[in-house]
Amino acid sequence: MPEATDILNALVLMTNFVFVPALAYGSQLALGALGVTLVFGILRFANFAHGDLMAFGTTIVILMTWGLQAQGITAGPVPTALIALVPAILVTAIAAILIDRSVFGFYRKRRAAPVVLVIASVGVMFMLSAIVRFIMGTDDRRFSDGERFIIRAREFREMTGLDEGLAIQTTQALTVGVAIVTVTALFVFLRRSRTGKAMRAYSDNEDLALLSGINPDRVVLITWIIAAALATIAGALYGLDKSFKPFTYFQLLLPIFAAAILGGIGQPIGAVVGGYIVAFSEVMMTYAYKRFATYLVPETWAPEGLLQFLGTDYKFAVSFIILVVVLLIRPTGIFRGAVIK
Amino acid sequence: MYLIGQGMTGGYGGADIIKDCTIGVDKGEIAVIVGPNGAGKSTAMKAMLGMLTIRQGHVRLGDKDITRLTPQARVGEGIAFVPQTNNVFTGMSVEENLEMGAYLRRDDIRHTMAQIYDLFPILKEKRRQNAGELSGGQRQQVAVGRALMTRPSVLMLDEPTAGVSPIVMGELFDRIIEVRDTGLAVLMVEQNARQALEIADRGYVLVGGVNWREGTGEELLANPEVRKSFLGG
Ligand SMILES: Nc1ncnc2c1ncn2[C@@H]1O[C@H](COP(=O)(O)OP(=O)(O)OP(=O)(O)O)[C@@H](O)[C@H]1O
Ligand SMILES: [Mg+2]
Repeated sequence: MPEATDILNALVLMTNFVFVPALAYGSQLALGALGVTLVFGILRFANFAHGDLMAFGTTIVILMTWGLQAQGITAGPVPTALIALVPAILVTAIAAILIDRSVFGFYRKRRAAPVVLVIASVGVMFMLSAIVRFIMGTDDRRFSDGERFIIRAREFREMTGLDEGLAIQTTQALTVGVAIVTVTALFVFLRRSRTGKAMRAYSDNEDLALLSGINPDRVVLITWIIAAALATIAGALYGLDKSFKPFTYFQLLLPIFAAAILGGIGQPIGAVVGGYIVAFSEVMMTYAYKRFATYLVPETWAPEGLLQFLGTDYKFAVSFIILVVVLLIRPTGIFRGAVIK
Repeated sequence: MYLIGQGMTGGYGGADIIKDCTIGVDKGEIAVIVGPNGAGKSTAMKAMLGMLTIRQGHVRLGDKDITRLTPQARVGEGIAFVPQTNNVFTGMSVEENLEMGAYLRRDDIRHTMAQIYDLFPILKEKRRQNAGELSGGQRQQVAVGRALMTRPSVLMLDEPTAGVSPIVMGELFDRIIEVRDTGLAVLMVEQNARQALEIADRGYVLVGGVNWREGTGEELLANPEVRKSFLGG
């Protein structure tokens, strides 16, 4: 039997390297998937430009953060980016609406098939990614300032006397906190407000919504504002937590779509649940359990290898496998969403 | 007549589905359209609603020509419509369905909602349940309730009794009579021709997109030709 402190050490180890990072990453995916699922529910196409809309929003956040810092304005212990978020959402929303007016609206009026809109969104994706690279370049950038940690590993060890440390970064706590507030606000809006209900009605049954006098143009407008806000928040949180690199935002499209489809596309609650499942699967599949095991099994059984299912280079394979399995076994996802055609 | 589609001719882009078709209904009256499948009954209704552009003819509501109005504008003018299929928001509660029916209204809707719960008591009981989880007959009640939330002057129903049992059908017809007695004009398409004509003040038999016979419900029920073709002798 392992001793109590060994079990505690093992638990702290898992919390530090699996639970906390996956919770933060899952929150970012959940916000991203919410944007995709909302656009799908209302506009009825899979928006491949969402990853690059996130990159665009983050670019604006970074520019505004620099602007604020240049004027000597910071947010104290929390990243300055948090202040920059509000105006950046505004700019991104305007950009999304302009894109809708000029591209998606054009095809909507012609009642184009969903696949046409999907291809158009790929075009928008290239355009946005070019704008982002033009402004920011292709390198890694960190734009987080303020206090780096809430709890440092060393402090934790001294406090508890355990061998394993637990570190919680400000950006991780912030990510989870902001995600909870955003998701709650969105759900209250969709459940309680007149406009939110009209959006659900439009997503549920477009013809009947029109017969009830719901104005489709207004629903579409509000959808883009919300999608842009979600994209900017998700993108900024991801960038704060890891770093900002345009290419990784394109790559995020895979886990985001896996999350949205796993939860049931068009279902907001599904996007949130899907986001966390994908994040936890990814982190748990790529974590090396060797040290974890040494705490729990007798020394003689100590494992030889790293006890890692997949190298971190292959983390996107996890999303891919989830996506394929869901589409094969239950295409409507957990919460019975639509099936992408 | 209060609502009338006069000499309507048109289709879905290809050949004309309805040809010189005239259908009307007055306030405080039930008008029923019957006819074989594919006769153009739903199409005639869609034409009166503006969900289909007609090549010839016009639609009048009261003394207003509404031929060029969009469906939403006609809803605003007081025409409510219960489609044949997909006529509820399945992912929303019964109460939310009713609220959406009243979307255009900015005044207090609680009184109207109470009236609808009086008309369909089961809906009050199930008001927190999703409409998609209800039985066929209950769904039709939600659909009618949603349409009535606008406080319309005309209620149009496309096969409200499709797929419900004879008992539920009888109840639904009783409710529709109650609605008529409040002074609304009720226009409906019905597959159950005999029962529908029994409650109809006015009836139209449509065949191949043209008016074949018309008259009061009683007249049509007594007409040997109509009996032979549609009422099984
Ligand atoms: N959206 C549409 N586009 C093209 N053709 C249509 C459309 N809807 C109906 N039609 C055609 O119009 C004709 C009349 O259809 P309609 O639905 O009006 O018949 P109906 O009398 O309501 O029949 P039912 O009793 O089966 O409901 C049919 O031949 C049908 O195929
Ligand atoms: Mg029909």
